[in-house]
Amino acid sequence: MSSSTSSLEERYRQLGLTDGEYARIIERLGRAPGDVELAMLSLMWSEHCGYKHSRRLLRRLPNDGPHVLMGPGENAGVVDVGGGLAVAFKVESHNHPSAVEPFQGAATGVGGILRDVFAVGARPIAVLDSLRFGEPRSSERSRYLLDRAVAGIGHYGNSIGVPTVGGEIYFEGSYEQNCLVNAMCLGLAPHSRLIRSAAAGPGNVVVLLGALTGRDGIGGASVLASAELVGSEGGDQAKRPSVQIGDPFTEKKLLECCLELLDRELLVSLQDLGAAGLTSAASEMASKGGVSVRLDVGRVPLREPGMEPFEIMVSESQERMLCVVEPERVADVLGVCERWEILATTIGCVADGDSFQVLDAGVVIADLPVSVLVDDCPLYDLEPVPFAGALYEAPAAVLTGSETPAETLLALLRSPNLASRHPVFEQYDPIVQSRTVRRPDEADAAVLMLPDSSAIAVSIDGNGRRVACDPRRGAMEAVYECSANLACVGAEPLGLTNCLNFGNPEKPHVAWQLVEAVEGLALACEQLGVPVVGGNVSLYNEAPTGPIFPTPVVGMVGKLPHAEAAGRLGFTLAGDAIALVGPFEPSAVGSELSKLRGLPPVGELPVADAARIRVAHQAVRSRVRSGAFHSAHDVAEGGVAVALAECCIAAGLGASVLLPNGLDPFGEAPGRAFIVSGPREALAPFVVIGEVGGDALTIDGLLEVPLSELRDARDAGLREWV
Amino acid sequence: MRFGIVRFPGSCDDIDALQAAARVGEAVLLWHADHDLHEVDAVIVPGGFSYGDYLRAGAIARFAPVMAEVEEFAREGGLVLGICNGFQVLCEAGLLPGALLPNVSLKFVFRQVELEVVRAVGPFTGSLGFDPPTHPAPPFPRLSIPVKHTTGRYYAPDDELDRLEAAGQVLLRYAPGHNPNGSLRDIAGVCNESRNVFGLMPHPEHAVDPLTGSADGRRIFESMRSHVEQHVLA
Amino acid sequence: MRARVLVRPKAGILDPQGQAVERALPALGFDGVSNVHVGRLIELDVEDPERLPEMCERLLTNPLIEDYEIVASAQ
Repeated sequence: MSSSTSSLEERYRQLGLTDGEYARIIERLGRAPGDVELAMLSLMWSEHCGYKHSRRLLRRLPNDGPHVLMGPGENAGVVDVGGGLAVAFKVESHNHPSAVEPFQGAATGVGGILRDVFAVGARPIAVLDSLRFGEPRSSERSRYLLDRAVAGIGHYGNSIGVPTVGGEIYFEGSYEQNCLVNAMCLGLAPHSRLIRSAAAGPGNVVVLLGALTGRDGIGGASVLASAELVGSEGGDQAKRPSVQIGDPFTEKKLLECCLELLDRELLVSLQDLGAAGLTSAASEMASKGGVSVRLDVGRVPLREPGMEPFEIMVSESQERMLCVVEPERVADVLGVCERWEILATTIGCVADGDSFQVLDAGVVIADLPVSVLVDDCPLYDLEPVPFAGALYEAPAAVLTGSETPAETLLALLRSPNLASRHPVFEQYDPIVQSRTVRRPDEADAAVLMLPDSSAIAVSIDGNGRRVACDPRRGAMEAVYECSANLACVGAEPLGLTNCLNFGNPEKPHVAWQLVEAVEGLALACEQLGVPVVGGNVSLYNEAPTGPIFPTPVVGMVGKLPHAEAAGRLGFTLAGDAIALVGPFEPSAVGSELSKLRGLPPVGELPVADAARIRVAHQAVRSRVRSGAFHSAHDVAEGGVAVALAECCIAAGLGASVLLPNGLDPFGEAPGRAFIVSGPREALAPFVVIGEVGGDALTIDGLLEVPLSELRDARDAGLREWV
Repeated sequence: MRFGIVRFPGSCDDIDALQAAARVGEAVLLWHADHDLHEVDAVIVPGGFSYGDYLRAGAIARFAPVMAEVEEFAREGGLVLGICNGFQVLCEAGLLPGALLPNVSLKFVFRQVELEVVRAVGPFTGSLGFDPPTHPAPPFPRLSIPVKHTTGRYYAPDDELDRLEAAGQVLLRYAPGHNPNGSLRDIAGVCNESRNVFGLMPHPEHAVDPLTGSADGRRIFESMRSHVEQHVLA
Repeated sequence: MRARVLVRPKAGILDPQGQAVERALPALGFDGVSNVHVGRLIELDVEDPERLPEMCERLLTNPLIEDYEIVASAQ
């Protein structure tokens, strides 16, 4: 402890604290922190835990709504779905761990988000993933990351018995070094089982549940998650020892054990251990409950000998939970845990006051005010400066622009961003738990049946290229598109969660992307009346070559009254009329075709008329529910031509259409318009553009492509790389 | 008619099997650590990843206390159905011939597959409602049922396979072009010599409601019920 | 004493893991590799090494599809 000033400086800087932050710690404590305290503070004040560059900004997001039961700040957001049931959901990133070790990074990303959901008392019922990699054609690293991340997601989700019901994958050069792995989980709970994380009741006992504590992810929160990745191979290799390893078998037992503890009303509060391990979990619980907490690291069961107290306090070993229990119920809690073969250890207690004490063999080795750990992390204002010019390199051109419309359509269907996701989805179990009414590829949103035969629907979206063009409108489109996806199955939005994946916010142009995107999310949520019930921020997603595309990922949950009325995307009946519904003025800016032609992501995205979008979503939703529409599919990447092709391929039916005058068949304006089919009279109020039938897609005056060619192109696009 | 569904640590499709069985009879869970089958008329060893599939799929589960009772029950002629991981457990326990190996792709595969009912006789496939009910010749009647597994490639030595086929122990095959894992001779499900123990990789419990995909799997549970009602409870 | 049990797929059984490795090696420039098989290594301390074969037969391996070899080493 008697280190010289210079080595002290080195140490706190290595832990990610700035000189100013260290000075603030001394000022708040009135003394210098000890080693264990410094480790704890450095993690709680990291971007990952402290949200120091985003917390002020996030206040802009609306989070009130008639269905909201728990909003931001809890382990997961919770909305009421009727019948005494609630749905908890959240999306979280595991980007940097996945870039270092994609299999374990993605697997533990799923494990972490599952724990967030069962920490509020909900049984996880569905997982969705939002993935971003570099170009598979030109980058072996990207193919490796894709292959291993998909395997890792499947490994964890399949083994624990939670279905993976949807997701999205995009490939862009900007994600080459810094892939994105965002996982979203939904859980179902009776209202009576919902539990918060606030510790309460001085004298109550703190119990650690689950796996042994080892040297996993030591310093992960500050070193892995909050610093720019070192691009060189050497940098990645050196970080490998701190990668967390996932064990879905232990988590499955932990999940069942926690739900039984809650069903038997044995817990006062429950919290999962994620980034910064015990330090974060215990201080958050104490802070929310306005109490003190005292932990004895000597009581924590260890996987490796010789672990230092600071390592125990910040270890990110997976599959652990922390709970607060009344003393007279501890024996019952330990009994339930024994039955599930889950290790349970009393490691501390709750007390009055505002202190977080860590003891080792009875000796106090850290004593910090909870408020300093949790609330005193400095919050930084961003200094946004709009970026004029091209921030991102132009992609390699695949098309010259001289192709025929038919060739263009086939190239779009074959492009990795639009091709069939089947080779990936086939590696996930989408049906375990017997609720899945619409599997991936069957509809624009996944649909899960509830016990009363109603259903919930869920979708996840976010197109980084469009946000790179125009951060505000690009972010708005992500919200519109999720709502449109839900409308296609007949569901009304209840709430959304988001994950903000951005570059280094200390850079003015990245700050501008972040501020604009959050404003866009807020505006679109207000327009559609959808509250934000939780989310996650992942910053510093940069490589030496520059930042990733700004990528806000939106996950939206909705409800429909009758599961059997859930919509499908594919046409269903030859002879049905086809209509284009919704305000649609697409443009080539930021489109998939512009990318294939080698254009950089610049330009203004089309304006959206929120009132007309709301009307269109409502029209589709109600007609899907009533059965007037036999199919509904939103027009997104690749424009109307690709949307029509997707409806044909899903159905095994052709179509003949005539597009409205001047409509760009490949232009994009996501979230506004729909291709629907149904009896001619049901479609009369809308712009009827054609009819289902035959074995080719014919767009009058433009193209005629046999169904088999469409299907082959779409099937081949990703199969090559997976 | 009462089904008992074994629950191991790591079972995932136990509740699905419970709900599927409850559509045709009574159904209860059987805890892995108990030495008690609670007087059920048939046992289902469900899918999932018992003990994390560690060591080999099914290798540890087969030594769970409840499995001693299941083996005894099977020896006495009780109906035992093993689905996916349950099939692996029954093979490890020696209640069924052969073994399940990693898929040729080495990857987890989820797919809705077509199965051919090779033998429509006996307790599991005997009353699938096919006409004629006994040993249909090609074209075989088909079932649409999903598979989802990493270790589902059915293997037995050649002479053993010959013997199984001759004895009519192969009940289900993947239809041509539907073999998802490289199983030898497209075998999807086999029974023991005395026909009261049956294992299959596809998941009939995930095919009991058209709303969630297909109802073809329900007929296997119905078949078990008719058998028990006619031969055990009668 | 400390014992090692080497478990490998029985000769003649399709070994997709081994094949995958065998296919990957030439791609990295390692030519002239054949007959690759991937198995498992189990290390354990045992009081009575006499019982190792039984452990192998009953739990550690599946004799139908796997061969084993016990490598004992005094501690």
